[in-house]
Amino acid sequence: MNFYPLKLVTIVTEAALESSLVADIDRLGAHGYTITDARGKGGRGIRNASWSTSANIRVEIVCDGEVSKAIALHLKEHYYDNYAMVLYINDVDVLRPDKF
Amino acid sequence: MSSIDPIILFFLFGMLAGVARSELRLPSQIYDFITVLLLLAIGLKGGVELSKQPFSTLLPQIVTVAGMGILLTLLAFPVLLSLGRFKRADAASIAAHYGSVSVGTFAVVLAYMSSKQIAYEEHMALFVVILEIPAILVGIVLARGMSRKNQWDKVAREVLLGKGVVLMVGGLLIGWITGPAGVVSIKPLFFDLFKGILALFLLEMGLITASQLGSLKKHGLFLAVFGIAMPVLSAAGGTLIGWIMGLSIGGTTILATLAASASYIAVPAAMRISVPEANQTLSLSASLGITFPFNILLGIPLYHWFAEQVHRFLGG
Repeated sequence: MNFYPLKLVTIVTEAALESSLVADIDRLGAHGYTITDARGKGGRGIRNASWSTSANIRVEIVCDGEVSKAIALHLKEHYYDNYAMVLYINDVDVLRPDKF
Repeated sequence: MSSIDPIILFFLFGMLAGVARSELRLPSQIYDFITVLLLLAIGLKGGVELSKQPFSTLLPQIVTVAGMGILLTLLAFPVLLSLGRFKRADAASIAAHYGSVSVGTFAVVLAYMSSKQIAYEEHMALFVVILEIPAILVGIVLARGMSRKNQWDKVAREVLLGKGVVLMVGGLLIGWITGPAGVVSIKPLFFDLFKGILALFLLEMGLITASQLGSLKKHGLFLAVFGIAMPVLSAAGGTLIGWIMGLSIGGTTILATLAASASYIAVPAAMRISVPEANQTLSLSASLGITFPFNILLGIPLYHWFAEQVHRFLGG
């Protein structure tokens, strides 16, 4: 069985950004993403999802290195200043590289 | 004590529990469901009334009410900018919150009317929808100017397809199409349970309000004063406009309450997208921490008194 190395981009940010973020990710070349509701605490206080304006989401994208860099750069330029946002990238192995 | 409406006590109960840092919290799905029920119920009620009169007779009223929303935003902005010394984006965002409306406050004033058995023009729900929108647009223009960079398509999406507007318009249309006879079958859920649902909603609102009080301490006296003075002045203006529009005492009270109320759902969501540099904590702690509780505890009876005085002294 062969594994192929790819990148996992994880973004934790405000739920309000979901639709614009998803449009950006699509445009930057990712073939898919997974979004889950998230709670936690960070530089902008406790985001406990008790109602819509304090709700967070976690977006996960598996993609190649180029796309992961493009996404990171784009988000840093457009969102970091004004929104609660964390982004990190892991190395992951997948079985079907054509899927991503 | 018997004159206190139980729904108000639910709100105070929620606030106390929140201040005491109780673990109490409605599951967010339930809160969403309650909001959906309230918005639809309010829409349906208004829609049924609309079906009884030709739409064209309402057009002047709609234009007047939209104008009121724009005016309130434009009046609040310079005050926040000069007296409050807020940054332009913050002043514009807070002004938009106060030019727009709170459906929660509207629901409470409806409950107040029915418990005091005061008659009012039932199509007021239409004005809630009308008032949601202009303040957001004015707020964005105040923050940014009329630039092409505003991404108006995104803004329009956010404003027109936001949950509140969609559900209320949906309810209005369903009520309007089916008319009084048609809604009888769904009356038990939407109308008979209205106050119970509102009580649960206010319980959660109490908890949310309590969570805003902490940030209010940080942002000081000006916001607290503004959060009370602005609604009272807006209500005075709303009372006059209601009287000019020829509304009954009940209708005038409701319009004054709408003028006084500040948004905490539609406007924050739209501002977050369109004016991201505005500090959301400022506007929310004012509208939720101060104005919402002030309006439902003291404001509504005061605005009722305003309406009575205007009708007594100016006639009508």
